[in-house]
Amino acid sequence: MFDDFLFRSLLAGIGIALVTGPLGCFVVWRRLSFFGDTLAHSALLGVLLSVTFDLNISLTIFAVSSIVAVILLRLQNTTNLPSDALLGLLSHSSLAVGMVVLGFLSFIRFDIMGVLFGDILSVNVNDLLAIWIGGAIILLILWFIWKPLFASTVNYELAEAEGMRPEIVNTIFTILLAALIAISIKMVGLLLITGMLIIPTTMARNLSNNPKQMVILSIIGGLLSVFIGLYTSFEINTSSGPTIVVVALILFILSLMGIRKKNHG
Amino acid sequence: MSNNENVLVKISNGGVQKNGKWLVKDVDLEIHKGKIVTIIGPNGSGKSTTAKIALGLIKKIEGNVKRFTNKISYVPQKVSIDWTLPLRVTDFMVLTENLSTDDIKYALNLTGVEHLILRNLRDLSGGEFQRVLLARAIAKKPELLVLDEPVQGVDFAGEVALYGLIKKISETLNCGILLISHDLHVVMSATDYVVCLNGHVCCSGSPVDVARDKHYKELFGEKSSQLLSIYEHDHDHVHTSEGDIVKNV
Repeated sequence: MFDDFLFRSLLAGIGIALVTGPLGCFVVWRRLSFFGDTLAHSALLGVLLSVTFDLNISLTIFAVSSIVAVILLRLQNTTNLPSDALLGLLSHSSLAVGMVVLGFLSFIRFDIMGVLFGDILSVNVNDLLAIWIGGAIILLILWFIWKPLFASTVNYELAEAEGMRPEIVNTIFTILLAALIAISIKMVGLLLITGMLIIPTTMARNLSNNPKQMVILSIIGGLLSVFIGLYTSFEINTSSGPTIVVVALILFILSLMGIRKKNHG
Repeated sequence: MSNNENVLVKISNGGVQKNGKWLVKDVDLEIHKGKIVTIIGPNGSGKSTTAKIALGLIKKIEGNVKRFTNKISYVPQKVSIDWTLPLRVTDFMVLTENLSTDDIKYALNLTGVEHLILRNLRDLSGGEFQRVLLARAIAKKPELLVLDEPVQGVDFAGEVALYGLIKKISETLNCGILLISHDLHVVMSATDYVVCLNGHVCCSGSPVDVARDKHYKELFGEKSSQLLSIYEHDHDHVHTSEGDIVKNV
């Protein structure tokens, strides 16, 4: 039974790392890490809705995060507030609203720590299906919009002038991000999913000199974090989500030596 | 300037307002296949804005703009690459269109920077970067090429060579070029049609006509109209980026 559950969590972790690698690169390139945080915080509301009304958890989180993303894009177009202020507004208010709603739902047994930091024990076969099928769809769509998305990341106006439709691919990318959060909340937790997105990616940046290499290295970094993190969390009995992120951090620190070497010859 | 088959872009009465102020107003402009249209004018006169109108990058405009091609290349006035994005010249060349290695090298060779192909974009000097931007735009073999100050930061010898190259491109690819420039002296000789802008079209026409126009003289000074003569001679050679002389074939 233990093996079975170890195997399940490993499969879940691998599935998530395969998706966070490439998406994380775009999050870092486009300076969207705070945006990822905002979407993740809004996931708490999604979790509560799904528990209260007995809905599919991944789909509910996906819907709520997507709505928050749309609200954000709207606010950006209609107000003059800088986007970091808007993000802070949405991020913390959705977290706060979630916690207040949770107070009303005292009749429900609810593991808040599991939602915040991930709970590997709760990963069941349905979650695995959500991660692998959802992840495959995310990667497939990302594959199709890769060129226009990349071009508009490098230079928005250049991409638009040359017929790349950056506005549409940006929106699609936002939805992919919401979908990733939806499938990975249970595993990594909503406070840590952004770490999973950007820490292996920043490690990869330290070691790479072209975009393709950076994507591959950030996938490898994510996978290593999952393997070592899961193993460690079972061995020393720590919570899995934070342990995975701590391993990613250690990999990042090691990669800094790679930079130093490069700079000195 | 009217031969409808050859029109690539037509701006009629184009204008852009921002916070109640006109950035540019009443612009009529046509870009034709195989012809170079140059926009000149002081800072803030609406040159880049006009280019963006032509490209459809500004949605809220007065008047209207029609584009008859979608094979477009654009060299923006400013491109900055974030440190988080490791991007080599060769990756940048295929940004909006897949090209063979030979095509990439050929285009880089034309602008004299083939040796930089594996360098990171952030490590290039300003002039080198402009040459890469131009090479990328050319490599796509566009029908319409919009160049917003394409030779900024390039040394003088290189400037002359690159304008020569732009002229040659318009002929060999038969593409229409919209060129924005400060370098009156060089540009005036390498262009078919000049639009002199200062919030609106001050004067326009062939380089010779514009140089004699009193609005032009008011904007750029009496001396500038004599600059034209400097480059009214034929070239029998070009210069590479290292300054070597290569005979025209």
